[in-house]
Amino acid sequence: MADSHTSTRQEATAAPGPGTAPGTGAALAPGVTWHRRPGTGHRRRTRTVRVWVSAGLVAAVVLAVLVVPLLVPLDNQSVDLARKLQAPSLSHPFGTDEVGRDLLLRCVYGLRVSLLVGVVAALVAVGLGTAVGALAGALGGWADRAVMRLVDLFSSVPHLLLGIFIVAMFRPGVWPVILSVALTHWLSTARIVRAEVLSLRSRPHIDAAISGGASRWRVAVRHLLPGVLPQAGLAAVLMVPHAIWHESALSFLGLGLPAHEASLGIMVNAARGSLLAGAWWPTLFPGLFLIVPTLALAGLAGAWRERINPRRRSELML
Amino acid sequence: MPRASLPWAAMARMTGRRALLAVPVLLAVTFGVFAVAAASPFDPVRAYAGDAGLTASQANLDQLRHNLGVDQPLIGRWWHWLTAALTGDLGDSATLRAPVTQVIGERLGWSVLLCALAFLLAVAVGTALGVAAARRRGGLLDRAVTSLAYTLEAAPPFWLGLLAVWLFALKLGVLPAGGLTDTGTDLATPGQIARHVALPALVLAVSQLPWFVLYVRQGVGDALEEDPVRGARARGLRERTVLLHHALRSGLLPVLTLIGSRVPELITGALLVETVFSWPGIAAATVEAATAVDFPLLAALTVLATAAVLAGNLLSDLLYGLADPRVGFDG
Repeated sequence: MADSHTSTRQEATAAPGPGTAPGTGAALAPGVTWHRRPGTGHRRRTRTVRVWVSAGLVAAVVLAVLVVPLLVPLDNQSVDLARKLQAPSLSHPFGTDEVGRDLLLRCVYGLRVSLLVGVVAALVAVGLGTAVGALAGALGGWADRAVMRLVDLFSSVPHLLLGIFIVAMFRPGVWPVILSVALTHWLSTARIVRAEVLSLRSRPHIDAAISGGASRWRVAVRHLLPGVLPQAGLAAVLMVPHAIWHESALSFLGLGLPAHEASLGIMVNAARGSLLAGAWWPTLFPGLFLIVPTLALAGLAGAWRERINPRRRSELML
Repeated sequence: MPRASLPWAAMARMTGRRALLAVPVLLAVTFGVFAVAAASPFDPVRAYAGDAGLTASQANLDQLRHNLGVDQPLIGRWWHWLTAALTGDLGDSATLRAPVTQVIGERLGWSVLLCALAFLLAVAVGTALGVAAARRRGGLLDRAVTSLAYTLEAAPPFWLGLLAVWLFALKLGVLPAGGLTDTGTDLATPGQIARHVALPALVLAVSQLPWFVLYVRQGVGDALEEDPVRGARARGLRERTVLLHHALRSGLLPVLTLIGSRVPELITGALLVETVFSWPGIAAATVEAATAVDFPLLAALTVLATAAVLAGNLLSDLLYGLADPRVGFDG
């Protein structure tokens, strides 16, 4: 991300590259036939398949965490030591935990907690980043420089360490975790939004609007905001997996959510005793529940990014 | 690539400039740490007094408050800590019952050992996999490697660590599940350490692997489509020579120069992996300090990590200037 504040502008002016439509390249270099042009043929099809699979998985996850708790309340999950640590079977597809509760149901509830915290934290982080980035880009001058120094300052402390420090000081509770994630994750959004505002400000239609007598407010709302919103939205979608990851790491370390808000990270931590007793399923399944939505969201966000930034294809969706 | 001599003077100037720039950053971070602590509900007096604080009289608590210097304003406490830190006194760790400097001195080496091993492993394996994937982008191997990389990127390191413990320590019984030495002995022989560091280093390397794989794949893959490679192919050079000498060299350089900027991710991974494996390093101490709200230790370690990140950035820029003379050492 080191060059992210310049990349947007490069995209606008870059020469046609491997991402351009077939035909334009051939026109530039007649007689040269390009083998393996990315973005055509089966690669485009696999991308489409990936988007649909990702969308399906995200839909399934959202549906599961919304509907399952309505159908099966966690209260029927009575402690039953006679059924403790049963391996996966037909009646308990994920097996049971150390006090005999069904792990599949617990994973769905854990995912619900993790997703909820992740989405709220991502929204707070992106909101903060958008506000700071837009302000820096719009004001310019010393305000911009000060804000960018602040961003540099925050990025020189490792995310998880800063997060650990913040939760350690404000623990326990849900809000310290959200605060910790938001304060460590607004930087990338601020950089992206600032770059977008700067690039928009130098476009002719903004000049035209200003010389046509539009007020600052009108320029901001009518011309800058619509340009920035897709980037901010994309940042928010990309941020959710990060936020979930961060929350689960904090919770695993025993510094995150309170133990009764059994997120997936807390479940993995609680399963350590069972793991040493040889039961792998209370560890394996909550982890898989963390990976699948992350990959699905990243797949969706990657497709969205290809739409709004065609030049920045593919790399590092996470 | 023979080179007459390195531009030592320019590199030294850049290092000096960065060291000067690091001073305000570190000052700001220390102040930020104190400001966060001051804004939080955390009370150092109660933390220091522990259970005794529940029964102690208000006068005793006030006396303690004065002794600890907590009754001073934020700036005063920060200044006090800072001047003491410059003389080498970082305070005492309440959880580990030792001066903070001693804790850091005892544990830093183990963390560096773990991180260095993991990093080397990640670079070696990541380069091999990245080149293999880049040879035919879109091919079966490429898709397998890329999918694996994305999956590993999404997998939390602590989860990978626990699964590794289950597989290697419990099922196969080939490697110990954690710690630095076998239970019952305190003697840290090289053989014991090697056996105990293997699993955490492997897991930390796997957690760093996706980044290397994907960047090497991208760098080498792009280089394979550029003119020097096309020229080499046109001259009829062997595919192996083209791949390893032309594409890998130009594709790997940008990746190697970015290595220094991976320090934050390495620290993040170490925080989780050291905790899973009870590795007696500095990252595990950080987590313990955070759990017990051991402020002196936590503050010192946060500053230390920031210094490490800045040093990593400097290394990155120095390497970049060396690799690409057009960039130079002016940053």
